[in-house]
Amino acid sequence: MSESIIKNHSRELTIAAAIALYLLPLLGMDMTTYLTLTIAGVAMGMMIFLVASGMSLIFGLMDVINFAHGVCFAWGAYVAFSVFNYFDKLVAADSLLANFMVFLIAVAAAVIVVGIVGIIMERVLIRKVYGSHLFQILITFGGMVVLRELIRIIWGPNDEVMPIPLKFQGNWNIFDIIILKYPIYAILLGLMVFIIIQMVLKRTKLGKIVRAGVENPDMVQAMGHNIFLMFTGVFAVGTALAAIGGLAMAIFSVQVYPDMGDAYLIFAFIVVIIGGLGSITGSLVGALIVGLSYNYVAYLLPPLAVGVNILIMVIILLIKPTGLFAAGK
Amino acid sequence: MTDTLLKVDGIHTFIGQHHILQGVSFEAKTEGVTVLLGRNGAGKSTTLKTIMGLLPAKQGKIVYKGKPIQAKKPHQIARMGIGFVPENMGIFSELTVEENMQVAMLKDDIAAQKRLEDVLQMFTTLKDFWGAKAGILSGGQKQMLAIARAIVNETSLLLIDEPTKGLAPIIIDALIEAINQIKQHSVVLLVEQNFYMASQVGDDFYILDDGMVVHNGRMQDLVEDDELQSRYLGITK
Ligand SMILES: Nc1ncnc2c1ncn2[C@@H]1O[C@H](COP(=O)(O)OP(=O)(O)O)[C@@H](O)[C@H]1O
Ligand SMILES: [Mg+2]
Repeated sequence: MSESIIKNHSRELTIAAAIALYLLPLLGMDMTTYLTLTIAGVAMGMMIFLVASGMSLIFGLMDVINFAHGVCFAWGAYVAFSVFNYFDKLVAADSLLANFMVFLIAVAAAVIVVGIVGIIMERVLIRKVYGSHLFQILITFGGMVVLRELIRIIWGPNDEVMPIPLKFQGNWNIFDIIILKYPIYAILLGLMVFIIIQMVLKRTKLGKIVRAGVENPDMVQAMGHNIFLMFTGVFAVGTALAAIGGLAMAIFSVQVYPDMGDAYLIFAFIVVIIGGLGSITGSLVGALIVGLSYNYVAYLLPPLAVGVNILIMVIILLIKPTGLFAAGK
Repeated sequence: MTDTLLKVDGIHTFIGQHHILQGVSFEAKTEGVTVLLGRNGAGKSTTLKTIMGLLPAKQGKIVYKGKPIQAKKPHQIARMGIGFVPENMGIFSELTVEENMQVAMLKDDIAAQKRLEDVLQMFTTLKDFWGAKAGILSGGQKQMLAIARAIVNETSLLLIDEPTKGLAPIIIDALIEAINQIKQHSVVLLVEQNFYMASQVGDDFYILDDGMVVHNGRMQDLVEDDELQSRYLGITK
């Protein structure tokens, strides 16, 4: 009886347990610190979501493990870095409009450049290795090395300081609680992307075909849809999402460096496994879990910050081996 | 040869290293139902997947409406008017019944809407579950959805793989009626182990064994030939 309650409501129970767990850090800190960490955690979660949702789409639809996904994140950051340096006047302008404009230019540039990198990668590398995870790991690992070396050649091997649009800096003071501005913008950006992806997947015919393809690619082909064209498109969108995540992160952490995607590749893997392959809602929930846990634990027990997420992943896999959400949601 | 819609000519198909189809040849005429019979593992499903382009034919020719299609991609083959209902039905269980139909419909003009209406007329239960996830449908309802998806486009040839598998007799009777209706507009190539179903709808038959056609003829003759039935189909009376 209680067994079946756990089985039938495992998702609700997990979420309830998670909320309780996430209030726990309050015992070790004051309210202001907790709020600051929570906002930072949600913001980081949103950036992880951007990386993970792209990976989840690619994995869910094409069954491709893409180790180069993290370096696409770094590419997005570097393209934005170049855009911000080129339009330095807009970045330094004391005008929210100018700042947002340069931010949008950076997003567009990152999406276009990395989207094209994604298209080339899918056409040249991935297309040869559909169906074989081993070859995918080898070949996308190779792609990652090449793309990272290209970053070193184009932008140099050192850490660089990311210029931050003026109005993205600083904070709001609300009832004596200091709230950083940029994390709030990052959260809004993540939410917007989430809503757009969901609308496309749920409301448009193309989105429905993609969701159908996540479940059964052969059947979608046998219904007259060119799945390879779809694969190229989804791969480009997936890598472009990683690029948006990268540029958002570069602003958040005020730096860019060639290896900056590595940690996020691991986070994305964890999130995709927690949330369920091919599930966008799962990616969002998983990313928030990872972002929040990372920030609380990094404050309370710094050495365990990454480890705790792997622990959460293992626990969730034990309770629900397919992840929290079904594919195509 | 104007009375042949589909001509499969000596096809060889491999799955991995396994040489599954070893020169399968048969034809489907421009009307009626052709049934592929044969024990489990004979290569029936592999044959349909090869026609659909989902498995490559290493050798041999597949000619449909006078054109070779063995080198074409599945989506191109589908758009030539071939509908496919696979063995496991290929339902998108996370999509609603409506979304399953939308993904299947290649056009959305007036003629397409009319066909959708006709299809829903034939399988009225689908309307009751229109907004529900296809995953909750019963086996029979899923089979109806799978067939509905395959015939909602302008289909000249319908490939159906063992639609009766696991279904109750009363539902099988409904399927027999559906197929007899479908054959008014479209040629049907039916893989079927259920001899009752095969005999009720079939006009011609081919028996596959070990990746080859071992016998063929008119369905009527097979129905009357107890010896042939027991030899190839393991049916004893
Ligand atoms: N994915 C596969 N890998 C290896 N062998 C397969 C695979 N699919 C089918 N086969 C083999 O191919 C043969 C024909 O299978 P199939 O066409 O499904 O037969 P049928 O539909 O007549 O029951 C069988 O011997 C089966 O074991
Ligand atoms: Mg079969």
